[in-house]
Amino acid sequence: MTWRKLIRIVIKAAIFFTICNLLWIPVSAFDLWGRVSIYNTVVPGRGRLPYGENPAESYNLSLTSIPAMLASHEINRPKAEDEFRVVVIGDSSTWGWLLEHDQTVAAQLEALGYMSEDGRRVEVYNLGYPGMSLVKDVIILYAATQQHQVHADAVIWLVTAQSFPESQQVELPIVQNNHWLASRATYEYESFWHGNIPDPPSPRMFDSRFVQSTSILDSTLVGRRREIADWIRLQVYGFAWVATDVDQAFSDEITLRQSDFEADTSWFNYDQSQSLTDLAFDPFEDAGRWSSRIPLLIVNEPIYISSGENSDVRYNSFYPRWAYDQYLELLSNEMQGRNYLDLWDAIPPDEFTDTPVHLTVEGTRMLAERIGAELESIGVVRR
Amino acid sequence: MTLDLRGILLFIVGAFLYSLLPSKWRGWLILIVSVIGVYVFQPFLPIRFSDFVLPTLTILLMLAGWWFTRPKDAAFTREDRLALAIIGGLIVGLSLMRFVDTSIRITPSRPPDPLLVIAALVIAAVIIVGGRRLLPINALILVIIGLFVAWKAEPLAAEISRVWRLGTEQDASIASAFDLNWLGFSYIAFRLIHTLRDRQSGILPALSLREYAAYVLFFPAFVAGPIDRAERFVKDFRALPDMRGLDATRFGDGLTRIGMGLFKKFVIADSLALGLSLNPVIADQITSAPMFALFLYGYALRLFFDFSGYSDIAIGIGILFGINLPENFNRPYLKTNLTAFWQSWHMTLSGWARAYVFSPISRAMIKRKWNPILNVLIAQLATMIVIGLWHGIALNFLVWGIWHGVGLFVHKQWSDRTRVWYRGLEGRRKQLWSAFAWLITFHYIVIGWLWFVLPLDQTVRILFGGGA
Repeated sequence: MTWRKLIRIVIKAAIFFTICNLLWIPVSAFDLWGRVSIYNTVVPGRGRLPYGENPAESYNLSLTSIPAMLASHEINRPKAEDEFRVVVIGDSSTWGWLLEHDQTVAAQLEALGYMSEDGRRVEVYNLGYPGMSLVKDVIILYAATQQHQVHADAVIWLVTAQSFPESQQVELPIVQNNHWLASRATYEYESFWHGNIPDPPSPRMFDSRFVQSTSILDSTLVGRRREIADWIRLQVYGFAWVATDVDQAFSDEITLRQSDFEADTSWFNYDQSQSLTDLAFDPFEDAGRWSSRIPLLIVNEPIYISSGENSDVRYNSFYPRWAYDQYLELLSNEMQGRNYLDLWDAIPPDEFTDTPVHLTVEGTRMLAERIGAELESIGVVRR
Repeated sequence: MTLDLRGILLFIVGAFLYSLLPSKWRGWLILIVSVIGVYVFQPFLPIRFSDFVLPTLTILLMLAGWWFTRPKDAAFTREDRLALAIIGGLIVGLSLMRFVDTSIRITPSRPPDPLLVIAALVIAAVIIVGGRRLLPINALILVIIGLFVAWKAEPLAAEISRVWRLGTEQDASIASAFDLNWLGFSYIAFRLIHTLRDRQSGILPALSLREYAAYVLFFPAFVAGPIDRAERFVKDFRALPDMRGLDATRFGDGLTRIGMGLFKKFVIADSLALGLSLNPVIADQITSAPMFALFLYGYALRLFFDFSGYSDIAIGIGILFGINLPENFNRPYLKTNLTAFWQSWHMTLSGWARAYVFSPISRAMIKRKWNPILNVLIAQLATMIVIGLWHGIALNFLVWGIWHGVGLFVHKQWSDRTRVWYRGLEGRRKQLWSAFAWLITFHYIVIGWLWFVLPLDQTVRILFGGGA
């Protein structure tokens, strides 16, 4: 070998590498590669969206690509003729923190064996994802219903006050990394692309945290290397997932939710003398728009109600009483004319695990039964 | 720092600079980088000073090895004195890292007081020189084997950790065998034993301290081999001054080999390790036998790509620096019998075991006119048990060694009796038989990995208790 030949090899490799990077730009613009998946083909789809803080033990990991997350989910399989597809969205309690994937509220609701009014079997899909933000829930629903064409027949959305403050909406990495999706989700898709911005425009559209400065390099192979590596890891973990049925690592000891508190009445930037003014209710409009032809049931999640020290001031470590009571009132006003189920005090305190919203298996079963009964009463499903 | 991507890139850049140096400096540079590498590669250890003491012990054992293998009438040359001064200077110099900021410290943690280090080096020198006068070479071999056993047997290593923790006033109740990960010692020990045994049998060439140190500590092969032979290594080492500086062929070959190794190790092996490879945790979680088998195949492939990838990287870096390390793998999983597998899997280790375990035992038994069949059985079992225990002194490695020892013995008996018949096979019949032989061999090896990867009680539970 000569230096000339060696240099030629290096130059050719550099050109090839540059071409691959350039070709990746259109691929990454629409997250096309994220839709390619071994799930639902080589291995079965996951029972909930990928999320994991300890991938080596949970065979699961947190991604930033929502298309890749949805592609790995069992919802990405073709819908059967006799299937009535119900999608559940929400936070970590919906996702099933400290629960096996077949113990979540979606799984337990499905296990109740409901049929749709027209006789189709009810299949319930868990699209909950840890993190408190309504925008996060909306972009997952948007991606699922508008981009992945999951053909949902009904949507159940579990919410709690912690997801409502405006400051919470765009902080999560999953929202930050999918700002293109979030921008579309907070605006009506067609209007956005035809330059007809709805009136009034959501201020979130112009939030500098959404409109991140990105360069063309961010869309290249090099720029997306972390996402690509995560995508590969998710595919590889698919084998461990199917072999073990494990998708969450449980620690040996679980610290139970707090029962005694300081007499602290603050909640986010509020104190007791203030009214809650910046709760984000507009995501319900967005969700309602996309699911206008299908039933949307909004459920106010059960919370842990403590009877410990200073429980006259606080319900739990999340909520001072004054803030949660005010939230309940605002929410119930906002929910006028919608399918709304308030279950804030429906579950006994013993059925909560590590936080004021995470439920035990039994608590989740109670919740599923209440939601099932509500779906029955509004005529979505029947026994 | 281990041999990670950053380290490999550093070596590649270093190789370019090395090629530009005056040719007579090359050997010295390899010595210096190898000595520093012993400390830099060593991972951080929780017991105070242990990640400085263990690399220092590695170097002291190397010095003892050189002193014991040095012909008694050999002169202590100027080159030896300079090499000794460089090695001592580097050890003391690295201990001065105690006084620098952590951001520029290249030792894994804060080293002990340099004065203490100097005192320890002086005491060690007295012990080595005095030891050579009073003790035979076998005594040093026993010391190395003793250290090997102490570090590789979990209860002993845990006890050392406990005592060490007490000595450094740390919590002894959390002592664990994993506290004392002595990087590279398994390979160093076998290289030292090779030189000591070859000195005893008179076939080791006379080596200067610089040559001996570079051979034992050669940085690309320090972490995971290959286990070179001294006489082969020194041939390349002595040719370094005549090597062309910026030789395109050498760089092309070296970089190609490194590239292959990177792909095998960091793409294939690491991907398999993520979620398609058996380990003790996942073995208890797998819910079906077919999946268990799939993960066992995954482990077999991962092990090969990981280890052969690492060997490729080491060989590639060696080529860049002008040292042609021996091959370690030659398509082992494609072999059609177990003997051929062991001639192509971790070849330098199996070659070492053949030379220093199998051959001496066989010769001794032939001398005593034992039954030839028993002779083969004992020699093969002993060889494979040594290879097994080299990975760790635990029951599962013992069983793995016996598994392969028995397999090799059975294959030898089979091939002795069927050789003529096999040679008579032709065409399709021969191809079919080869395919069948490959199938049997491959699965014997893969099942053998079960003993290797899982603790013995877990394997027994899974195999006989319906665990998977």
